Amino acid sequence: MEDVYVHGLEWTVKELFTYPNEFIYWSIQIVMYPLMTGLVAGAFVLSSLYHVFGQKDLKDMAKFSLVFSFALLIAAPMPLMFHLQHPLRGVEVFFTPHFTSAISAFGIVFFTYSMIVASEIWFVYRKYFVEQALALKGKEGLRNAVMRCIYRALTLGAYDISEKALEKDEKVIKVLAGVGIPVACFLHGYAGFIFGSVKANALWMTPLMPVIFIMSAIVSGIALCMLTYIVIMEWKKFRIKTSRRPWEVTAEEVGGVEIDLVRKTSKYLIGFMIAAFTLELLDLVFRGYTAVKSWDILRSVIYGKDFTNIFILQYGLGNILPFILLLLPRASIRRTVLALCLVLFGVFMMRWNVVIGGQAFSLTFAGYMHYNIPILPHNIETFKEGVLGALLIGIMPFGLFWVFNRVVPSLKYK
Amino acid sequence: MRSHVWRPLFVALAVVGLILIARAFVVPPDFGVYERGFMYGYHRRSNEKEWEQFKVKYRGKQYCMDCHPDKYESNMSSKHKVIQCENCHGPAIDHPEDPPKLTVDRSRKLCLRCHTKLPYPSSLRGKLKGINPEEHNPDMECSTCHNPHKPDMEGWS
Amino acid sequence: MTDRREFLKTLLRGTLLAATSAGVIKFMKPSEVRAQIEQSNVRWGFLVDTYKCVGCGFCVKACKLENEVPYDVPVTRTWVERYVILKDGRVLADTPMGARDGFISAEVQETIVKPDEITKAFFVPKLCNQCDKPPCVQVCPVGATYQRADGVVLVDRSWCIGCGYCIMACPYGVRFFHPVYRTAEKCTFCIHRLVKGMKTACVDACPFGARQVGNLKDINDPVTKVILTERVGVLKDEYGTKPQVYYLGLDETVR
Repeated sequence: MEDVYVHGLEWTVKELFTYPNEFIYWSIQIVMYPLMTGLVAGAFVLSSLYHVFGQKDLKDMAKFSLVFSFALLIAAPMPLMFHLQHPLRGVEVFFTPHFTSAISAFGIVFFTYSMIVASEIWFVYRKYFVEQALALKGKEGLRNAVMRCIYRALTLGAYDISEKALEKDEKVIKVLAGVGIPVACFLHGYAGFIFGSVKANALWMTPLMPVIFIMSAIVSGIALCMLTYIVIMEWKKFRIKTSRRPWEVTAEEVGGVEIDLVRKTSKYLIGFMIAAFTLELLDLVFRGYTAVKSWDILRSVIYGKDFTNIFILQYGLGNILPFILLLLPRASIRRTVLALCLVLFGVFMMRWNVVIGGQAFSLTFAGYMHYNIPILPHNIETFKEGVLGALLIGIMPFGLFWVFNRVVPSLKYK
Repeated sequence: MRSHVWRPLFVALAVVGLILIARAFVVPPDFGVYERGFMYGYHRRSNEKEWEQFKVKYRGKQYCMDCHPDKYESNMSSKHKVIQCENCHGPAIDHPEDPPKLTVDRSRKLCLRCHTKLPYPSSLRGKLKGINPEEHNPDMECSTCHNPHKPDMEGWS
Repeated sequence: MTDRREFLKTLLRGTLLAATSAGVIKFMKPSEVRAQIEQSNVRWGFLVDTYKCVGCGFCVKACKLENEVPYDVPVTRTWVERYVILKDGRVLADTPMGARDGFISAEVQETIVKPDEITKAFFVPKLCNQCDKPPCVQVCPVGATYQRADGVVLVDRSWCIGCGYCIMACPYGVRFFHPVYRTAEKCTFCIHRLVKGMKTACVDACPFGARQVGNLKDINDPVTKVILTERVGVLKDEYGTKPQVYYLGLDETVR
């Protein structure tokens, strides 16, 4: 007996009149995918605010968010790999790209973007690589030998760290950061285009989709960088305070969170939040006002079936509440952390309401589909496209960042 | 060009080169743009042939007639002449070699596909002779009384 | 040292040659395309007469068995829908298991309909529209689905990565993942039968001639004649997909 598996059958509940082949084909991993690319774009834009626009107050944040955006970048294609029915064939996107498809841009945009980020990191940390490679020379021990090999490879054979060479580096960093912003926006804007260009889907098809996606991407990226920064710095401070042998770094060196830095970054966050929220509202108002053929079913989804998801969880908890929390004067660390968590939750719900909400109604406009996300997996599909798969994707960038940070110390290198 | 500034670019170009080399080996040689242009006709040409060579399973009434002329004649002189043999007998494929015997669907459900009375105006279904399956001898096989090959005559002859 | 450098140079030159000559995408020359278009005197199209359909579902059964689509799962390349419009204005519609076993009950959408409540009721067979502008092909990221010169849209099962973008892009819901191969799957107009001079499995299985397939470029083809002379409709033309499955007796309630 051949292995027969109907993709989507397990987690789709159909209601009223739907076509027989309709299921929730794009599930949680397609929610995770724009969330991840959004975080990448946002983290990079945050780091570029310092490098390009000279926002000096963001200096420390910039280094961290640059390395973190690279960790996110490596993790960003993973949801797609989890989602593909033939993950090993995913590489065909590089081999036979069909450029009339929004997804085919992935190969080129993703490659270009990762090269830009990697090069920028290289220029920022080149001096450090060279210093490490030289310092580790002749030291005993396997660990030192391995690290020396890594650093030697990372120098790419360029050992010139004279004043003149470093000045050149600074210039290139500025250029790369500048070029990176439009590419980052393109990377995420095209993720929005993937949805916005599907004319068969009444909820997705709007030219505003890429712009909405970019705005919410920057919001989520900034929020995640701030949050990670606060958590790591506070944890370091906490560990040094409780540690009896602070042999590596002193409390002064770490210094904990600088509240000024957090407050200033949150101003940028608020700005982008307003833009994202306004665009989403415009889209909703426009749909209701023009009320084309699909509006009847869309209205029943937006104001009926998905009311809690959209208006309470996404707009209420995810947008308005953190907005108030951030705007109230004298923000404390704790209040900011709460607001940032809510912002991230709001962006996740926005992705959910687009991806899952777009499949909540049938192409017949006369039926509904409900997504029952698999919680406990009982086969590979329900693992990949269930809660556990999403969580795995969610923690992946943090694991990668931990690894990268061994080599490229983005938090203690002042 | 001897400046260290260009080194990351060389790394990037090397990766692109690797992808291009891999591409030359992995992509089938007949993959390209054909009649319908790049938007609709970008594909591996030999796949068209593969689909054309897909196995035919439903062979049609003429194929059955060659060996079963009596059944064919009897059926063709009745109202059921419009129905393909294989609709009830299953696909012939390479019968009688493979499969040597066809499984006939004799279930009530098969007949009810057309003969459950559905009073639908503006549809041919409303004009077909039909029964209410719950009232019309619910426990009996249709073929007990009706000859499926020649339903005009009640019973078997 | 110089030897090594020379060797590297040769290797580089060799790979560059390989990548540019063998790796370059194969394009047809303009003259070849012109010749092909003049040659191709076939464009397959389909005609559905909804007045004749009785909802027996033999077409669905035949399609599934002919094309090796697993029988006991809801996904199917073709299906039949039932529409029952009541005097109070309600529209009931269903397609249980894609009508693989036909419609053998008067119950629609868990509603028992009395005959005198019905104002009109009919069946609508559905299949791939083999659109002239297929949105599903446009969005395939790797060129795994494509349109033949005769208009039929196919999927290359050995190249499909299974992203599902084509499934999302089809306004008619004709695509799904094949439960065994796990690649995008769709109606092929039984191209393996058409090239042998046969009709599609669903056309052959239909007892009432509700389904017909024909060559739209041949004005003497019975299907083409009907499309040219009668008033026919297509499904969801607002998407600009130029569907090539034509319907007689289409109703505004049909989705």
